Amino acid sequence: MTFEMFVTVMMNGLTLGALYFIVASGFSLIFGLMRTVNMAHGTLYLIGAYLGYSVYDLTENWYYAIAAGMTAAAVFGAIMQVTLLGWMQGQELRQALVTIGLSIIVADQLLAHYGGLSLQFFPPDALFGATAFPIIERYPTFRLFQIGAAVAVGVALWLILNRTKLGLMIRAGVDDREMLAAMGVRVSLVAVVVFALGAALAGLGGVIGGSAQPFSQGTDVRFLLTSLVVVIVGGMGSIGGTAIGAIIVGMAEQWGQALFPTYSVIVTFVIMAAVLAVRPQGIMGRPS
Amino acid sequence: MTGMIRSWPLALTAAVIAVLVILPLLLPNFWIANILGRSIAYGIIALSLTFLATYGGFVSLAQTMIAGVAGYTIAILAPTAIPAGAGWSYGLAIPFAILMATLAGLIVGAIAVRTRGIYLLMITLALAVGFSLFVQSNVELFNGYEGIRNVVGPDVFGMPFRTPLVFYYVSLATAVLLYLGVMYLVRTPFGLVLQALRDNSRRAAALGYNTALHRIAAFGAAGFIAGCGGVLTCFYNIGISPGSVGMGATVNILIMSVIGGLGHPIGAFIGALIFTLIDTFAASIYDRDRFNTLIGLLFLVIVLASPDGVLGIGKKLAGLFRRKERSAEAAPVSPAQASPAQSEH
Repeated sequence: MTFEMFVTVMMNGLTLGALYFIVASGFSLIFGLMRTVNMAHGTLYLIGAYLGYSVYDLTENWYYAIAAGMTAAAVFGAIMQVTLLGWMQGQELRQALVTIGLSIIVADQLLAHYGGLSLQFFPPDALFGATAFPIIERYPTFRLFQIGAAVAVGVALWLILNRTKLGLMIRAGVDDREMLAAMGVRVSLVAVVVFALGAALAGLGGVIGGSAQPFSQGTDVRFLLTSLVVVIVGGMGSIGGTAIGAIIVGMAEQWGQALFPTYSVIVTFVIMAAVLAVRPQGIMGRPS
Repeated sequence: MTGMIRSWPLALTAAVIAVLVILPLLLPNFWIANILGRSIAYGIIALSLTFLATYGGFVSLAQTMIAGVAGYTIAILAPTAIPAGAGWSYGLAIPFAILMATLAGLIVGAIAVRTRGIYLLMITLALAVGFSLFVQSNVELFNGYEGIRNVVGPDVFGMPFRTPLVFYYVSLATAVLLYLGVMYLVRTPFGLVLQALRDNSRRAAALGYNTALHRIAAFGAAGFIAGCGGVLTCFYNIGISPGSVGMGATVNILIMSVIGGLGHPIGAFIGALIFTLIDTFAASIYDRDRFNTLIGLLFLVIVLASPDGVLGIGKKLAGLFRRKERSAEAAPVSPAQASPAQSEH
């Protein structure tokens, strides 16, 4: 393996990890902080991608697609939380089953509406093409943008959680839900906001991911799987843990594909099993 | 839970089995193989999930994957398979496939042993989806996306395995043995410890029981059950492909177990029968292409209305009926007396 190839695979792993971070941070937010189980996270990704695509098709504006994808996923997520998941708070298995049922229905309806062919966005000119990059000379601009977007999401989440009143309420809710409610905070409303925020991140991931690689039926399963593995490895409810998990999974996938192509999936799962054996709560997770 | 087992007396079980044995005389071949036989074969896989959920409290989504391990093992070893594999005889390949599934169950149990509840569900789902992506991308062993075809099964008494009657009776016999095996197992000391761990693992551990070993052994037993189902469904589908172990297939088994009810092993077969009926007759109910929407809605309604599935609904109705009967006998039942009967479920 040449040094150039080494750098390319490292960059590919990092940029893939960046996309995974955007999607999985939403999952981690919803489950890790609000204890709401959401097995429809991949579905929210797909809703963001498809509805973003509809708007992209009409307006030919990629930024509108981003806004539409995030809004669609957030609205759907908020509706899920208000109508179904909110009142079964604490019944984790039931929430898991309900969201699995929803994801089957939504995936089938998306298939009926959009068909089974792969779709893909074309990012605007500013993000298209390649940029000069040390050692490997050129690297796709959009992949570099993915890293920027992931960093922006990470910083924004950290600021929301640590520097705003909403963040204060969310963190208080993690520690003692009843006490927070007793202090006059409408915990159910906070939960809806957090769910919408997490869903919007899935939708954002849908449009960004749909610009980097085509999406179709089955993409939802892939991103649900990735979100699960990332938070299992990184630890629930920790932004830093999610970032570490996302980079590990992204790297494992890219290095696996580069070194032993048809066995690459196994690498990810060996890592997951190893983390579970040593630290069941994940690398940065708090022991339960 | 024990009360529930007693309320399913042996006589009823024997009667149901007798009806199932006679049924092929009355029904056309399509019903025997494609409705009843298929329900029983998939019901066995669902039984492995229901067993873990009911008696261990583990909702494992890896059971379809474990059935797939058996299915792929037999497909790779089978003498008739296309592309040709090892070419063992079925007499050797079938026990080996079930052994591999049992091992896979033990491995899943070992990976998930320190987690429970929703984490267990997530980890087993991740393992299941990972396995399907792996077999899909690996051509060397698993023939990638196409999978392995023409796994027809052995001849039984000189008749091909896929003769409706042969497939039906072999599936039925396997299911009855496994069902009775589960009902026996949960009353052995091992089964009682398993239920103790489900109800209060700290207390059971304090009594000196090895929590981890019991849990892993339960996954091994469930792996054995799922392996039997995996071999049968592989013969039913005349082969196996990544679609048989993917997210869709995994969720289908979950749907069967939940619709039937995660309160008693028989729920697995009831759920499998309902699922198969809807799958077969969806065209006349709604739209064949939108089967997933239909089954998804039914699943959602069941989870929302009766988390214990059809069995739960049946028990509620039976409870209502019994209460009416009792009040008709003018025997006033105080709430305190009535509550133990309620608390059984």
